[in-house]
Amino acid sequence: MSEVIATNQTILVVGGGISGLTAALEAAECGKQVILLEKSPSVGGRVSQLHKYFPKLCVPSCGLEIQYRRLKANKNVRLLTMAEVTQISGEAGNFTVSVKVAPRYVNENCTACGECEKAVSAEFDDEFNYGLKKRKGAYLVSNMAYPQRFVIDPRIAATDDGAKAKAACKYGAVDLEMAEQNLSLNVGAVVWATGWKPYDAARIQPYGYDRYDNVITNVEFERMLDPFGPTGGKIVRPSDGKTPQNIAFIQCAGSRDQNHLKHCSRICCMATLKQTTYVKEQLGDACKSTVYYIDIRAIDRIDDFHRKVKEDTNVTFVKSKVANITAGSDGNVLLNGVDTEGYNRYRNEHDLVVLATGMESTVPAGVFPAGININEHNFIELDGDSGIYGAGCSSDALDVNRAAQNATAAALRAIQVVTRVAGQEG
Amino acid sequence: MADMKIGAYICQGCGIGDRVDTAQLASVAKREGKAAVAREHEFLCNAEGVKMIQDDIANEGVNHVVIAACSRRAKTEAFSFDGVCISRANLREGVIWVRPDTDEARETTQEMADDYVRMACAETKYQKMPEASGEQGLTRHLLVVGGGISGMTAALEAAKTGYKVDLVEKTGQLGGVAGEMYKKYPDKAPYNVLADNTTGAMVEAVNANGNITVHLNTSVTKTDGAPGRFTVSLATESGASKDVTVGAIIQATGFTPYDMSKLPELGGGKSPDVMDQLAFEKMVKANGGAIKKADGSEAKNVVFVQCAGQRSEQPGHLPYCSGHCCMTSIKQARYVKEAGGDATVIFDDLRTPGADGEDVYRGGQEAGVTFSKGKVSAVEAAGKGLKVNYNDRILAEDTSIDADIVVLATGMVPNSGPNPYVKLDLEMAEKDGNAELVEKLKAEVEKAPPSILNLMYRQGTDVPHLKHGFTDSHFICFPYETRRTGIYTAGPVRRPMDAHQAIEDATGATLKAIQACENAAIGRAAHPRSGDLSFPSFRKEGCTQCKRCTVECPFGAINEDDKGYPQYNEARCRRCGTCMGACPVRVISFENYSVETVGQQLKAVDMPDEFSEKPRLLVLACENDAYPALDMAGMTRQEYSAYARIIPVRCLGSVNTIWITDALNSGYDGVMLMGCQKGDNYQCHFVKGSEIAHIRMSKIDDTLTQLNLEKERVQTYEVSIADIQRIPQIINDMEKLIGEIGMSPFKF
Repeated sequence: MSEVIATNQTILVVGGGISGLTAALEAAECGKQVILLEKSPSVGGRVSQLHKYFPKLCVPSCGLEIQYRRLKANKNVRLLTMAEVTQISGEAGNFTVSVKVAPRYVNENCTACGECEKAVSAEFDDEFNYGLKKRKGAYLVSNMAYPQRFVIDPRIAATDDGAKAKAACKYGAVDLEMAEQNLSLNVGAVVWATGWKPYDAARIQPYGYDRYDNVITNVEFERMLDPFGPTGGKIVRPSDGKTPQNIAFIQCAGSRDQNHLKHCSRICCMATLKQTTYVKEQLGDACKSTVYYIDIRAIDRIDDFHRKVKEDTNVTFVKSKVANITAGSDGNVLLNGVDTEGYNRYRNEHDLVVLATGMESTVPAGVFPAGININEHNFIELDGDSGIYGAGCSSDALDVNRAAQNATAAALRAIQVVTRVAGQEG
Repeated sequence: MADMKIGAYICQGCGIGDRVDTAQLASVAKREGKAAVAREHEFLCNAEGVKMIQDDIANEGVNHVVIAACSRRAKTEAFSFDGVCISRANLREGVIWVRPDTDEARETTQEMADDYVRMACAETKYQKMPEASGEQGLTRHLLVVGGGISGMTAALEAAKTGYKVDLVEKTGQLGGVAGEMYKKYPDKAPYNVLADNTTGAMVEAVNANGNITVHLNTSVTKTDGAPGRFTVSLATESGASKDVTVGAIIQATGFTPYDMSKLPELGGGKSPDVMDQLAFEKMVKANGGAIKKADGSEAKNVVFVQCAGQRSEQPGHLPYCSGHCCMTSIKQARYVKEAGGDATVIFDDLRTPGADGEDVYRGGQEAGVTFSKGKVSAVEAAGKGLKVNYNDRILAEDTSIDADIVVLATGMVPNSGPNPYVKLDLEMAEKDGNAELVEKLKAEVEKAPPSILNLMYRQGTDVPHLKHGFTDSHFICFPYETRRTGIYTAGPVRRPMDAHQAIEDATGATLKAIQACENAAIGRAAHPRSGDLSFPSFRKEGCTQCKRCTVECPFGAINEDDKGYPQYNEARCRRCGTCMGACPVRVISFENYSVETVGQQLKAVDMPDEFSEKPRLLVLACENDAYPALDMAGMTRQEYSAYARIIPVRCLGSVNTIWITDALNSGYDGVMLMGCQKGDNYQCHFVKGSEIAHIRMSKIDDTLTQLNLEKERVQTYEVSIADIQRIPQIINDMEKLIGEIGMSPFKF
């Protein structure tokens, strides 16, 4: 990896999701040198796992295709996958960044022909599908994966399967000798865009995510809609594969809660409204949706999406924070609580529950130099000319549009630092 | 440029060599494709294969390269050679991966591969390397219109990046609405406290910045040119005028509070103690924190009515949520609490999103603000004060609360210029003689606000509106995807937002404006065809001045000269090719994408005779959605008809009907156009391309009738990149349909 050339006029973007991609491309298209780091084997991040975007109900891979085309065409961006930042020291205009690169065991000779995948047999939980599906030990992350290059799971690297993968590759792309590498990069500015992870639903004990098969999360629900996903695109109950008839969506599952995430995750209301349209599209009148909510936050121009869903007679809204979930019969569950509109207690039976789990920031501890301000919600605060700028969901709980907007702003702040450095160095 | 020399490179890897006769492909490339060099390689994308091509470019003078291997979307970086034209024949995703590996399929699979090699050779034969237009110039200077918090942010951020800025403000002072605030929310956590208004310091910073020239009491009277070379005339109220040259423009003209006199039932305009949020803010600021009624007496009870005249389909109301008003009311309620009064917020949904929002809400609760979920029906006078009647949604009963002051949280109305498409639609309606529509549009034109930018564009004076009067912006992935290249709107004119978001938005818009200047300097396209160096040109001698290209350009890139000839503005153009598709006399082309580069491909296909039972289906597929979906169909081994021949197009809007006519005349049995969703929720990244293509194709029936062909032979589809299973099905359905209606008689 010694060919990676970075200087204090280089911008480092950490995270290859929608925010990181945006920041990297916008800066590169202003003529700046950018290194883009992604921890996983493919860029695209959380949005690549979504079925559709609100409010247009369009497909996230459409926008990603444009981003990947920009990436392929732009020589100012250097992409490193499977790379994680372990330490940043220094100051704006002169940071030293330690990076750990995990072995992919597949080099750039890979043509993505798929022969290695056919050759191996061991299977593992598929991260792209939140473990709802298995994948082989030699795999391509998704149909849209970029770089379009296979990965050998480290768990098979030293096994017969690893050897089979190597033997199956006619192009010398499987390199089982690859080892973890440590890089040190000198960069001028850092855009931190490592995004979010779904809040661990099992920690919301009263909802029994760990106890009831038919209590799932909104990100898992999203994967069900993918024809290449765990259910072949069908909305089904995990317990028995049957089509649900009465789905509950529970808002603020882990958000706006002093015991969990204090902040509002912003996207979950719109995500649920969107998911009720999936239910309608696939199951029509045969399935009812009930949304349990505190406030429906369909902010700004997209409030009409909310109104449209409200007109759907198959969707009911209950203003209530569900108290707990108990077992019913046949895999069904009972939602207990008080409908605050009129103060009526309820015990409602549903055959599938989708928890609108919140966004948890993935900003790490112990990586940043002193002076970088991380707030109590674990988001990076904008702090003048610190040289390290949070972008997207590393700066706040944001939807895709605001994340892209915010990442564009972060790119400018980074450009200002390297422009100043360039000016000083002539 | 030296003579054209085509080199064709045929990969045998990934099973291509096992499935098709690559020696035959090489022979096709040489004999029919006129390739001077044709080489097979067992692994073309590896270092050795790439070097073979590079050597031919360096030593053999190859300047047109045909890569017959995988899809153009795969191994793009390996097959990227500077200074030569490149064309890709998709033998992997487009042939062997979508066809079964059986003896029966072998012949038709080979025919597919042969055709794709013919097509790639034909394409590159008509491609040229894009050359600079001579229009380029680097202008590191921005115009910012609007001196509120968004505009000042843009100016300061641009200045900080080394750009010069002319900042134009209509009124006599900078600061805008943010300057009127008594207090604001802090920029950093903890957010549950109030902070001093810092707009004044920002105004000082702008005035002190040597890179920023402030023009007060000034408006823009004329904007001419294109990114990199806008000439803008500024005029002051006193009549003085001045021209400035800028590279890009940021419009940050903000908002006007919704006129609350339209809400008489809520007491709007009826009592001086019913006020909107801005009036309340000004009152508290003027009184140094004291809350006073219009008669000067102290107000003890203040009720805030959320969603006043907004989030409502009622005529005259705003259909959207203004996003900031819940946060603003909580802040103002805290002013009341700090002054020792009582404050009640009556809301439908309390909308305080994100990390700061929830802290703000909790801060309000901690300060003792009363929050009540309810729907207000009326605000009326009661004794010396006011009474608010509402339905309490928690207790499920009608009730009322007394108030000294009622604050109506009305929405933001964007300060946009007129929507240029209303005038353009009027022009079309007049041309079509649609009297009813003419009346309706005329009324709209009269109601329109005065122009802000006064663009000297054929397509109107201002930035188009997208929704509810807010200016252009894509909703999701590309917030700065504007239809007027190099002009970006920021702040509440773009979507409702608070000051904190306006600062973020203006900073992002500043980057895009800077990028537009840098792109213009080297003739490079902006998103979505970023980096494209080609641009459209036209042959004047053939042009009939029909103006279709100027009218249909989604980006307002083309003006008309006095005689009605098109005038291209390279830096405004996004390279979609909609003009090329529009031109009835086919005089518009790009150097690397033209009527010929596509037309010759479809003609290069070998056409079996009518009795062969081998139909030919032409598929023109949007390069961003339909084409990748077809690639992924290959990756997931979905089979589709061996008779389909697929050509990626920049946008369905670039499809010229001559291609359809040519295809039918040369014996194709079916023609399929695959573009993106059109309409209000359009998914076309060139905005109108797919829609325009659908309109054009609805008129192709005449051609079919003249040729005595069935209408079903030409079809247009809306597809998405996720239609990985659906698109193969559509193609197979077309093959089936041809089986039913029979082969085309036009096979010569």
